Amino acid sequence: MGDTIANLKIGEIGIIQDFCLDAIPLNLLEMGCLPGKEVRLLQIAPLKDPLYIKVNGSHLAIRIETAKQINITKLR
Amino acid sequence: MKSNSLLNIALVGNPNTGKTSLFNQLTGLNQKVGNYPGITVDKKQGKCKISEHLTAEITDLPGTYSINPTTLDETIVLETLLNESNDSYPDLVIVVAEVENLKRNLFLFSQIKDLQFPSILVINMSDQMIRKGITIDIEALKRELKSEIILISARKNLGIDALKREIENYENWNTEPIANISEKIDTVFFETIKTAFPEFSLYKSWLLITQQKNCAFLSSELYQKITAFNPDSEKVKKYQHKETIYRYQIINEILKKTYSVDKNEATDLRSRLDKILTHKIYGYIIFFGILMLIFQSIFEWASLPMDLIDSLFANLSELAKTNLPKGTFTNLIAEGVIPGIGGIVIFIPQIAILFLFIATLEETGYMSRVVFLMDKIMRKFGMSGKSIIPLISGTACAIPAIMASRNISDWKERLITILVIPFTTCSARLPVYAILIALIIPDERIFGIFNMQGLTLMGLYLLGFAAAISSAILLHNVLKIKTQSLFVIEMPNYKLPSLKNVFFEVVEKTKAFVFGAGKIILALSIILWFLASNGSEKFKNATEFVTTQESANHLNDEVLNKKIASYKLEHSYIGVMGKVIEPVIKPMGYDWKIGIALISSFAAREVFIGALATIYNVGSDGEDVGTIKERMAAEVDPITGEKRFNFATGMSLLLFYAFAMQCIGTLAIVKRETKSWKWPILQLTGMGALAYIVSVITYTILS
Ligand SMILES: Nc1nc2c(ncn2[C@@H]2O[C@H](COP(=O)(O)OP(=O)(O)OP(=O)(O)O)[C@@H](O)[C@H]2O)c(=O)[nH]1
Ligand SMILES: [Mg+2]
Repeated sequence: MGDTIANLKIGEIGIIQDFCLDAIPLNLLEMGCLPGKEVRLLQIAPLKDPLYIKVNGSHLAIRIETAKQINITKLR
Repeated sequence: MKSNSLLNIALVGNPNTGKTSLFNQLTGLNQKVGNYPGITVDKKQGKCKISEHLTAEITDLPGTYSINPTTLDETIVLETLLNESNDSYPDLVIVVAEVENLKRNLFLFSQIKDLQFPSILVINMSDQMIRKGITIDIEALKRELKSEIILISARKNLGIDALKREIENYENWNTEPIANISEKIDTVFFETIKTAFPEFSLYKSWLLITQQKNCAFLSSELYQKITAFNPDSEKVKKYQHKETIYRYQIINEILKKTYSVDKNEATDLRSRLDKILTHKIYGYIIFFGILMLIFQSIFEWASLPMDLIDSLFANLSELAKTNLPKGTFTNLIAEGVIPGIGGIVIFIPQIAILFLFIATLEETGYMSRVVFLMDKIMRKFGMSGKSIIPLISGTACAIPAIMASRNISDWKERLITILVIPFTTCSARLPVYAILIALIIPDERIFGIFNMQGLTLMGLYLLGFAAAISSAILLHNVLKIKTQSLFVIEMPNYKLPSLKNVFFEVVEKTKAFVFGAGKIILALSIILWFLASNGSEKFKNATEFVTTQESANHLNDEVLNKKIASYKLEHSYIGVMGKVIEPVIKPMGYDWKIGIALISSFAAREVFIGALATIYNVGSDGEDVGTIKERMAAEVDPITGEKRFNFATGMSLLLFYAFAMQCIGTLAIVKRETKSWKWPILQLTGMGALAYIVSVITYTILS
């Protein structure tokens, strides 16, 4: 499928599959962004970057380049 | 070493969980801001009476999600917890969590537990539980975590006494680790670490190994032992990843049994406010509206106290001069020390007002939305959304602004922010702008609405921002620093600000300015006073020389004294310096007197006015002692007979002050924050060259 968080539309939910460890900052994992967790896209900033997500109970904003590295499967 | 009667307590926790609120509750006004040895970063400490016999020194630490740091702020937490030789190495740790995101808070708690500190989990914001439909089985959680737990509300002052009573008993707390990283990740590997460092907990050894670069405090002996363990970075990453997943597994298991949320209670206030505040049109309108409000208030509210302070210190000087015995010491006090202190105190109103706004906005949770809104735009300039707060702060004073850049994780973005902050129009430029504008711009209205002087001032503000942005773009393209973006920012819940927290924040920031910049400004004022009141032979013989020279003219005493003073100034050390640089500043339209003012204001810009006041007061031969503005307006070029402060010179000076880096305090802070002289020197020369060139061009075109 090749979906990432960057492909989500506002309000959509995905389940995190995996990511390349090199491209993801450790602090993002430590804030609860882990494989198997639900991630929901809440808002997109006016210039399409960053993204405002809710994952594992945390409300976070991440940059699109980070979001592109996190593979998900969309829930419908 | 640390005194044994005092208990060291560190407050650790995620950002926004209420550490500072708890700290304020525990310590009240007994706070001070100190410095960490080694890595120079401020820490906040305060004393608290725990019981009859027990007093604690409490350290409030910056918020962090993990002990593995990504920003300078977070590095302090690591340093505090690992450096045993530090004075404030904690005897026990209070981990502050909050009811809503307990899971993520427990992640950090598990790391602290694994360091085997006596530690207690404080779950804050208990007042929110009912509204959010949260229930926690505290007794069960205590059993599962094998830890002491207290539920409190720092805002409502609930549970604080229970916490104190629990702390009395800290020696009996369980210090077993929570996670068994060795068994779950790589037993063989971790066993070798264990045998190599029997004196430390396993997790501490692991942190020392993985965080070497953040552990500047290690003894060389220990450092060598640790570097012998250099595992390759792939392995470290993999293990850290495994560790993270493992910790969350444990926590999930525990929370399943002890924590529940009734989802129906969740409010949608957040999403409704977010929709407006981060909207692609309203979001920006609201943000710029708030900015305008802040700037407006800085002007309107600060001018009255600033005038009061100004005249207060002028009177003090007078008082000292008339009441103390005549002599060098009195002169030092009246002309060096008192104006020096006045020069610092005068900025307090503006700084306090600015931080009143910033602290309030931070408390509400709005600042994170601004970061979200502005990040993409700021990145085009090589900065981060997080650079906005430092840049706004820079309009009061660059010093606290540069310190506010510590939470930017990306080094390049942080560096650029630090480097361009001094272009923003700080309050020290205002008195200079005000007087020059009053001199050269007519007090008229265009189209009957806009005041020309006001417009000019506004133009200078915009110019400052434009200069900051353009130099950021330049640096962005020139600096070859490769960094990986670690940008993650939490979007906290919206909250009503707590007045107490805002008050303490304002006090703290103001103190940081007074003691950071203040010392330097004061020291330089004294040096300048010395340079102006001492000189070579000619200076010493001034009285005789002038008296004999003017003897034929039968001048009265007053005029004669002024002639002497003027002659003295010309031959004082600073006068000589002014003359020396005259050829260099001539193309900008300045004479040696302005040169003196320029040199003087190198310490701090606002000294310019004071210096000119001194120069024209002592250097004029007329009798009327008018205001400084009238004096300046009356000054003429002895050669051309033209007004000294004509439009060309005035504009050239305005632009010089807009661009030049004339603030020793800022340079010192930049050195401290970048740990290198390279960057402050770059600022000094780069901004200086720009200012010089622009002024020369301006003067040449206009005259
Ligand atoms: N409702 C409620 N709000 C609280 C309580 N304690 C603190 N707050 C609010 O939570 C917010 C964060 O509080 P701080 O004390 O600044 O948190 P902190 O942990 O020091 O934050 P950082 O220094 O950024 O890590 C503020 O808006 C406080 O007013 C509480 O018991 N109840
Ligand atoms: Mg705090």
